[in-house]
Amino acid sequence: MFGNFDINFVIFGIMPYVALTVFLVGSVARYERDPFTWKSSSSQLLRRKQLFWGSILFHVGILTVFFGHLVGLFTPIWVLDALGVPYGLKQWMAVLIGGPAGIAALVGSTMLLHRRLADPRIRVTSTAPDILIMALIWLQLAIGLLTITQTLQHMDGAEMVRFMTWSQSVVTWNINAWVTVVDVHWLYKLHIFLGLIITMLFPFTRLVHIWSGFAAPFRYLLARSGYQLVRSRRRRPLEARRQAFDKRQGKTGRTATTPAE
Amino acid sequence: MSHLLDRLNFFQSNKLEKFSDGWGQTTSENRNWEDTYRNRWRHDKIVRSTHGVNCTGSCSWKIYVKSGIVTWETQQTDYPRTRAGMPNHEPRGCARGASYSWYLYSANRVKNPLIRGALMRAWRQMRAKMAPVAAWAAIQNDPALRVSITKTRGKGGFVRATWDEATEIVAAANAYTAKTYGPDRVFGFSPIPAMSMVSYAAGTRYLSLLGGTCMSFYDWYCDLPPASPQTWGEQTDVPESADWYNAGFLMLWGSNVPQTRTPDAHFYTEVRYRGTKSAVVSPDYSEAAKFGDIWLNPQAGTDAALAMAMGHVILREYHLDRQAEYFEDYARKYTDMPMLVRLDEKDGHLVPGRMLRADDFDDKLGETNNPDWKTVAYDEASAQIVAPNGSIGFRWGEEGKWNLEQRAKGTDAQLRLSQIMDGDHDEVVGVDFPYFGGAATGDFVKCDHPEVLTRNIPARRVTLADGSSALVATVFDLFCANYGLDRGLGGEWVSKDFEDDSPYTPAWAEKITGVEREKIIAVAREFAGNAEKTRGKSMVILGAGLNHWYHMDMNYRGIINMLVICGCIGQEGGGWSHYVGQEKLRPQTGWQPLAFALDWNRPPRHMNSTSAWYAHTDQWRYETLRAGEILSPTAPEGDWDVSLIDYNIRAERMGWLPSAPQLKTNPLEVSKAAKKSGKDIPAYVAEQLKSGALQMSCEDPDAPENWPRNLFVWRSNLLGSSGKGHEYFLKHLLGTDHGVMGKDLGEEGGVMPKEAVWHDEAPKGKLDLLVTIDFRMSTTCVYSDIVLPTASWYEKDDMNTSDMHPFIHPLQAAVDPAYESKSDWEIFKAIAAKFSEVAPEVLGVETDIVQLPLLHDTPGELAQAHVKDWKKGECDLIPGKTAPNYVAVERDYPNLYNKFTSVGPLLEKLGNGGKGINWNTDEEVQNLRNLNGTVLNEGVSKGQPKLDTAIDACEMILMLAPETNGNVAVKAWEELEKPTGRHHAHLAEGEHHNKIRFRDIAAQPRKIISSPTWSGIESDKVSYNAGYTNVHELIPWRTLTGRQQLYQDHLWMRAFGEGFVSYRPPVDLKTITKAVNNDAAEGSPHVVLNFITPHQKWGIHSTYTDNLLMLTLNRGGPVVWMSEIDAQKAGLVDNDWVEAYNINGALTARVVVSQRIKQGTLFMYHAQEKIVNTPGSEKTGNRGGIHNSVTRTTLKPTHMIGGYAQLSYGFNYYGTVGSNRDEFVIVRKMKKIDWLDQPATGKVEAAE
Repeated sequence: MFGNFDINFVIFGIMPYVALTVFLVGSVARYERDPFTWKSSSSQLLRRKQLFWGSILFHVGILTVFFGHLVGLFTPIWVLDALGVPYGLKQWMAVLIGGPAGIAALVGSTMLLHRRLADPRIRVTSTAPDILIMALIWLQLAIGLLTITQTLQHMDGAEMVRFMTWSQSVVTWNINAWVTVVDVHWLYKLHIFLGLIITMLFPFTRLVHIWSGFAAPFRYLLARSGYQLVRSRRRRPLEARRQAFDKRQGKTGRTATTPAE
Repeated sequence: MSHLLDRLNFFQSNKLEKFSDGWGQTTSENRNWEDTYRNRWRHDKIVRSTHGVNCTGSCSWKIYVKSGIVTWETQQTDYPRTRAGMPNHEPRGCARGASYSWYLYSANRVKNPLIRGALMRAWRQMRAKMAPVAAWAAIQNDPALRVSITKTRGKGGFVRATWDEATEIVAAANAYTAKTYGPDRVFGFSPIPAMSMVSYAAGTRYLSLLGGTCMSFYDWYCDLPPASPQTWGEQTDVPESADWYNAGFLMLWGSNVPQTRTPDAHFYTEVRYRGTKSAVVSPDYSEAAKFGDIWLNPQAGTDAALAMAMGHVILREYHLDRQAEYFEDYARKYTDMPMLVRLDEKDGHLVPGRMLRADDFDDKLGETNNPDWKTVAYDEASAQIVAPNGSIGFRWGEEGKWNLEQRAKGTDAQLRLSQIMDGDHDEVVGVDFPYFGGAATGDFVKCDHPEVLTRNIPARRVTLADGSSALVATVFDLFCANYGLDRGLGGEWVSKDFEDDSPYTPAWAEKITGVEREKIIAVAREFAGNAEKTRGKSMVILGAGLNHWYHMDMNYRGIINMLVICGCIGQEGGGWSHYVGQEKLRPQTGWQPLAFALDWNRPPRHMNSTSAWYAHTDQWRYETLRAGEILSPTAPEGDWDVSLIDYNIRAERMGWLPSAPQLKTNPLEVSKAAKKSGKDIPAYVAEQLKSGALQMSCEDPDAPENWPRNLFVWRSNLLGSSGKGHEYFLKHLLGTDHGVMGKDLGEEGGVMPKEAVWHDEAPKGKLDLLVTIDFRMSTTCVYSDIVLPTASWYEKDDMNTSDMHPFIHPLQAAVDPAYESKSDWEIFKAIAAKFSEVAPEVLGVETDIVQLPLLHDTPGELAQAHVKDWKKGECDLIPGKTAPNYVAVERDYPNLYNKFTSVGPLLEKLGNGGKGINWNTDEEVQNLRNLNGTVLNEGVSKGQPKLDTAIDACEMILMLAPETNGNVAVKAWEELEKPTGRHHAHLAEGEHHNKIRFRDIAAQPRKIISSPTWSGIESDKVSYNAGYTNVHELIPWRTLTGRQQLYQDHLWMRAFGEGFVSYRPPVDLKTITKAVNNDAAEGSPHVVLNFITPHQKWGIHSTYTDNLLMLTLNRGGPVVWMSEIDAQKAGLVDNDWVEAYNINGALTARVVVSQRIKQGTLFMYHAQEKIVNTPGSEKTGNRGGIHNSVTRTTLKPTHMIGGYAQLSYGFNYYGTVGSNRDEFVIVRKMKKIDWLDQPATGKVEAAE
């Protein structure tokens, strides 16, 4: 094996596991060790200009692209077959939805990157990871859009299926997954490689806010019903104490009190 | 346990409790994260300390320590309460103080002893083969080597040193200097002892044991108002800030209370709520202006005109047209107004002359003791001339009559204020008064009134002792005439109508100041009206700005006159509030023995810094102002038109001002010669001076024997802040790169001084050694040869008082001094120890001769009733009478350390005291033995109380001072009862047991005890107010008449036209010459502006301008402020880099263009460090410069007067002051911003 070393094995066979490990362990470690750095580090206070359009375009675009990739790559092929979705149709959908979303994200990230570098106040308050991750995302978006030029040459979805196979093989512990993508166009390979790099950098940058971004809506929409949240230091629930109070007072039913604390 | 796991609680039964109908809910999530915020403010201990820069605030602070690190500070709130009905003192503190802890661990901290590389190399080379003093001598005696060290000053190259090596160099230099030139060539400069009195005392105690020169600060800072000693014989005794609350009408005149007196400003706000009216006088729209009911904005520098116009209105409406009973009574009892002045004839005209004295009359009016110092007045009842109690002649040589009782010769006497009534005067005569309004130059309004104004005066003809007759008038009548008031006697230059264009009317003042006459009249009426109704509760808070003009005494006397004629001085809620730079050292008399080693030898060497720096930085060589330009047209005959340095030499020679150095010959050698000759020292010195064998150093400041050789700077930023004529300091004192662009008198072909010896080649680099002790790398440190790291204010034990409040409270070591720093006390102890070790190489027990000027509050203040110069043969040289005294002092150099660290025997031998009274203090010294322990080692100090730690030193101060030891207070009051013959001890009776100790003030600030050192009292009935005991206890002011002295009759005062107050426009310093102003030549845009240096918001007082937090709040570097109109003229917009320059030098800064600045002025806030973001100047090629790069100090002869009652020298009491506001600069936009951040060039290497 070492006599017949293949870089593709390292990148598409090994690196995904390294990247996912770093991503998960790193995120947990950061959350545990440095909870106060877990934030999006918004620079809105320093300058609002260029942020509104840049941020909206970027986030709408990138979220669309993200979920596109997630659904597109990880939906098992048998599900597509069972639903009778032709691979070509899926490929077209990917280009038609992903393309404009990618362009929106690229325009947005260009604005954000320009703003980050050109505004002196934002520039001095930016850390190196802030600038690096923004630049990498911009690059990743640009490469992703460039791959469309290749995709358009085989709209039958065959390439797409290879990527689906690869992704799903990776998460299903298939050690030979890397073989499926060995001979795709180098642009795709670069795109995947950069994606893995970003995944690895994720826990060490402001990207951690994505976790919260996904968690927050659930908390707000599902787990919370009152508008005003009060954190309690009480050991016994209020209701239990109310009941105990009423019992002491000998009150029952409708005459029960709800005394102030 | 885990933040993440805590959040993963979806399967836990989390029954949310709801309330408010389900709109709110209670969660039970983990709250441990809140501990982060609790820990943020958690600390191990709180220690009481304060900030000791130069802040009158004197606020007590809580210093928080966590894990051995000072983390932050907050305000203490436990001051003793004021009386009921008055607001309390807290909150005290400001943003500047709150930012101080930044310094402790900042990059700017001096962490190790530092020595300039060139010096270190030379020292090690010599020291390897020689003993310390010999090594230092070898460096000094090699001119090329010496220059290689002096030339590198200010150019970096510091290397770390050990304490041992650094102190050895210092000790060797001091010993060499004492041996070679005399100990008085070792200078030490440190300001404002009140701020950290032990740290100050550490240095001066060392110097005083050595025989070195302690330099004054108050006069040099130009915060010393000469008008205060002139009027009251007291320097800056003022109401506490709480007393503002008692005022009925409060004027702020040039003071910016909210900005520069922040901790006290709340009293101003509170008294406004009480309904007090306030007028604010300030040329710019200052922060204070918004407090005012009315804002007057005169042109800067014309305050005297404004004050005199107000005085004109008050005199007219409250003294002449109607006599307010309270005002008239006050004037009669507490001012010199009833006293008689002789009218002298000059060229057929009459001018006001000397005050008449008892000895002018037959049988000296029955006075045998000091009749020539007893002023006279008419007694209303008997219509006889009497010498009323209280004048200074009664103070010395007799007992019981130095008081303000209305008595003379044991009988009641009501003094006659005016001779205006028919029968009270024999004739009406014309008397000449000088008028200087026509001398205005530049932007200042010039009026066309003649320079002599003759006004009619009611006069009486009296017969004198020699049989001749003389015309006499009362001060009051002359005073009113001087204000141009028509009293129905006819004649010119007086008016009844405020609209007349005649000097000192409101209409006249409007022309000069730009303030509308209606406003002047309104403010004057309300000021006086309130004072009449409230018996003197009108107050003026003055800012130093007014005092920084060359003719500051006129501004101040104009205002003081308003207060005096309205009876406001000495009344609670009234008076003169000058809170500038002096910061009352409350336990002064307890501190003096410590600070000046009076427990071991007396007298110490004190020097007035202004005269010293003027001479030693060679600013006198560039003097463009001639005495003739400021002389009065009514001056008596005399040789007046000489150089200002000549006046200073005369003053030193006649014993008026101190000298440093004193004699050209080493005093240690003079004493040996005297011994050999068998004569006693004063006689020997007098004889040698007369023969010319001995010379005074002042006559030849540039001779190498007369240079200051060693200079200690501690607690000060002399070169970055207070050094007027900064570039001259660099050029002549330090001998390094400088920005002086003008030429000296020799090169210019100007008029040469008559008495000062002129050397064609001016010395460069007079100092052998500059040692700065600081905790931060200040501009002064950057220029020093040796920098010693001192403890910050949170790292040492010390004490602090202020004139703003009556408390004494400590600085304390919250943590040990960081890095290798030590407290000032420990540093000077270390130097003293090293000196005692090194000195025996060349010095043993020596006899030093100290030259002592005629001092205020001693019988010496009666020395010279007439001005006579022994050198001109006008009198004989009698030490202590017509010349300074010469006193032998033993210096036991090998025992210097032992003396430093113990309380010496003189306190028990001679007692202790101050301000003219002296008391036995045996009991207190014994208490110190018990408290501090006694020295057990054999030697000079055996059995004496120990003075080992700074706390021992604090205990010495507290034990000896009447303010902090009730027993001493009672003794002191009893001593004062002897000359006054009145009972005063009741002011402190019952306080015997009250002894404030260091641990007491560590627990809580303590209010001090009433003491005769000060003129106000501590009481539960009244707030502290200056002059209170004069008015209410009838203790005389320490002036010629014993009363508030509004007429200055000294010959020099009359010669310079300042017998009475007058408006004097700023002087022309001629610093913008054609040669320097190439912008005018080239026609490039520029503007010429008056250069003003007020105190700022982002530095000064509690911190310095290199503090990062403060820099962040402003523009992060040097700025100047300018009006929009001037900016437009010079083609400038806000934040442009500008250069301001004149022949003195150049500075660079960003410009702040603001509507608040009055056209014609350029503000540069004081003391912005050259070391922070300052680019190079295009003009000089050197780094930017500081605010004092464009100034040069100029002396005023009237401030040199001595040996004459209240006009006698006292350390930080009277003397020449370093004015700086009459300066103009050219301002232009910089073309190229050069940060000069390239590596050092060959220039420096070549010098090495």
